[in-house]
Amino acid sequence: MSDWPRVRLHVVTGKGGTGKSTVAASLALALASQGKDVLLCEVEGRQGIARMFDVDPLPYAERRIATGLPSSQDERSAGVVHALHIDPEAALMEYLSMYYRLGRAGRALDRFGVVEFATTIAPGVRDVLLTGKVYEAVQRNSRNRGAIEYDAVVLDAPPTGRITQFLHVGDELAGLAKVGPIKKQADTMMTLFRSPRTAIHFVTVLEEMPVQETADGIAHVREAGLPVGGVVVNLVRPRDLRAKDLAAARKGELDRAAIGSDLASAGVEIADDLVDGLLEEARDHAVRRALEDAQRKLVKGMGVPHYELPRLAQGVDLGGLYELAAGLRDQGLA
Amino acid sequence: MTRTHPRVGPLTSSGSTRDPLDIDALLDDRRTGIIVCCGSGGVGKTTTSAALALRAAERGRRVVVLTIDPARRLAQSMGIEALDNTPRPVSGVEGTGSLDAMMLDMKRTFDEVVESQATPEKAKQILENPFYIALSSSFAGTQEYMAMEKLGQLRRDAREAGSYDLIVVDTPPSRSALDFLDAPERLSSFLDGRFVRMLLAPARGPARIMTAGLGLVTGALSRILGGQFITDLQTFVAALDTVFGGFRARAQQTYALLQAPGTAFLVVAAPETDALREAAYFVERLDEDRMPLAGLVVNRASPAGMGSLSADEAMTAAARLRRDAPSPTAPLTAGLLRLHADRARMVEREVVLRARFAAAHPTVPTAVVPALAGDIHDLDGLRVIGELLADQAP
Repeated sequence: MSDWPRVRLHVVTGKGGTGKSTVAASLALALASQGKDVLLCEVEGRQGIARMFDVDPLPYAERRIATGLPSSQDERSAGVVHALHIDPEAALMEYLSMYYRLGRAGRALDRFGVVEFATTIAPGVRDVLLTGKVYEAVQRNSRNRGAIEYDAVVLDAPPTGRITQFLHVGDELAGLAKVGPIKKQADTMMTLFRSPRTAIHFVTVLEEMPVQETADGIAHVREAGLPVGGVVVNLVRPRDLRAKDLAAARKGELDRAAIGSDLASAGVEIADDLVDGLLEEARDHAVRRALEDAQRKLVKGMGVPHYELPRLAQGVDLGGLYELAAGLRDQGLA
Repeated sequence: MTRTHPRVGPLTSSGSTRDPLDIDALLDDRRTGIIVCCGSGGVGKTTTSAALALRAAERGRRVVVLTIDPARRLAQSMGIEALDNTPRPVSGVEGTGSLDAMMLDMKRTFDEVVESQATPEKAKQILENPFYIALSSSFAGTQEYMAMEKLGQLRRDAREAGSYDLIVVDTPPSRSALDFLDAPERLSSFLDGRFVRMLLAPARGPARIMTAGLGLVTGALSRILGGQFITDLQTFVAALDTVFGGFRARAQQTYALLQAPGTAFLVVAAPETDALREAAYFVERLDEDRMPLAGLVVNRASPAGMGSLSADEAMTAAARLRRDAPSPTAPLTAGLLRLHADRARMVEREVVLRARFAAAHPTVPTAVVPALAGDIHDLDGLRVIGELLADQAP
C-alpha cells in the first residue's frame, strides 16, 4: 500500500552524487504497475534517462521507454513508463504557440535570439517554462485530445540546493515579470506544487554532508510552503553482520580460530592472510556501519517517512532499476 | 619536471599502462602557479582542493585556496565559515609555507566587478536593476564566471604583493563540467547577442535597426511578461553596455590565464560510470581548448580486499555455511564471506571502469584515492587525503 496515494506529481531531488536520477527512474517503474501510465521527466539536459534505460537520446516529445514493474500477484499487470526530456527553448516555443498564437511575432522572437535570451538570462522564466511543461502533463484531462493522461508524473528535479527556487517560481519571477501572463501562469502552477497532489522526495546517502543538506532542504521546502515527501536513503551498505558481531569486529575481538575452522569446514582453502584479511574487512565495515547508523538516526529524526535502497555491488543497470523499484514499492513509496 | 601538453583520445600506441600522477612533483614545481580542480558534482572536488593546498603549504609553498561550497565543519576548521570574499590565514599549518583560504561569494564578486568598471552613479543603477539581481545571483554560469574572475583577481594581487606563489581553485558543482569553461564565453556572447544589441539600438540614437521586427518583438514580450519587463530590461542592458568592454576583456584575460604554462588542471572523478564519463568529456574538452591537464584524480575508490579469495568462491562458501551450520559462529563467518564478495565485486567493477578510461585516454596520469570511513572535517583529515594522493604506486 502506497504512503502517497493522492500524489500525482513526485518531485525527486537530492545532493549531487547521491543517485537522484536512479531513484527517480526506479520510482517511475514502481508507480507504473496495475496498468498505470507514468511519465518520467528530466529537465537538466543530461540525457540521463536515455542512458539508464539504454535507449537513443530523448527528443522533446513523450516516448514510451519501459514496461513498469509488475505486481507480485499478476505479471500482466505492469503499466508503461514514458519519458520526456524537457528542453527550455522548445518549451518556450510550444508555450508561445499554445497560449498566444503569435505567428509571425513568434518566429521573430526566435530570429532575434529572444528565445535563447529568455531561456538563459532570465532564470525565473526558464524555470517557469520547465515546470510549466510538467504542470501541463499533470493537469491533462480528457479534453486534451490525443495526449496521454498520466496517473503519475515523476520529475528528476535539480539538486537540493536549487529545488525551492526551481519550484517556488513566484518569488524568483517577482523582480522580472511583476505582472502579465507569465506571472499568472506561475501563480497557477504554484497552486499545484503547494497542494497535497505534489510530494518532494529527497535522496541522500548515509554520510554527513548529504544528510545535513537533506535536513536543510526539508526546512527550506517547508518554509516555502511546499509539500515534503519522503527521504530515500540510497546506496546503503549490506547488513550481513549482527549488532553484537559488529561491535566485536570494531574492537578486533572476533573469534579468529572459530572463523578459521568454519572456513575450513566450508571447504575454503585457507591461505595465511585470509582470516586476517576478513577480520580487517570486518573492522573497516563495522566502522562505516557505525557512521551510517549515526546518520540514519538523524534521518529518522527528520520526522518524514524514509525508505532505504541497497548499494548494488555491480552498479545500476536496467535490471538493477527494477530491483530498486521493487524495494521502493515494498516499502510504500510507490 | 616538464609538463608537456598531454595528448588525449584513443591513441594508437598500445601496451602503455597508466602513469601514476606525481602530486608532489606538481606541488613542488615552482612553475606551477595555479591548480584548477574540476569534475562533476559530488566527487569530492572541495576536499581534494583543500588537501592539495594544505599539502603544498606544508611543503613550503605560499598557497591560497579558493573554495566554492565547503562542508560546514571543514569550513570551520579552516576558519572560512564567514563568507567575506577575502582570503584568511588557516591556522595549524606546519612548516615554512603558508595557507590562506577563502569561500567564493558570487554576488559580491560580481558587484565588485561592476563597481570597478562603472562610475558610482552608473554602478548603483546597475546594482539595483532586477535583471542584474537575477543575473548576479542565479544566472546559470555566473558562479563559474565569478570563480574565474576571483582567480584573476587573486593572481593579480599575488603578483603585485608577492603574497602567494600557488593558487588552488575548486570549481562550482556544475550541472555539466562544461559550464565551467563556457561561462565567460556565454556571458559575453549573451551581452553581444543580437537581441541585446537591438535593445541597445534606440538608446544609441540612429534608428538604423529600428525595423518592424523590433516592434513586433517588444510587443510580444510586453504581452507575455508585462510592460515593466521591457523597461527594466532596456535600462539594464543600456547600463551594462557601458561596462561591457571591461567585462569582455576580463573574461578573455582569465581564459588566457588558464591556458598559460603554470596552470595545471586536475580532473576529479569518482569510480562511477557517470562521473568517469564526465571526466572523459572534460579531458577531451581541455585538450580542445588547449588547457594544460595535469591528471585525473579518482576519489572514493573501494579499498581493495585482502587475500585472493574471489567473490564467487566466497559466495559459494557462505551458502555452504548457511546450509550446513557447522558451528555457532557459522552465520558470522558466512556474513564475513558475503561482505568480502560484495567488496571484491565493487573493486572489480571499479577496476574495469578505470581501465576503460585509461584505454581511451592512455596518457592521462592518474591518482586513485581510497574511500575513507568518515567525512573529512579537519586539517588532520586533509593531511591523510594529501598523503593518499601523493602515495601512488607506479
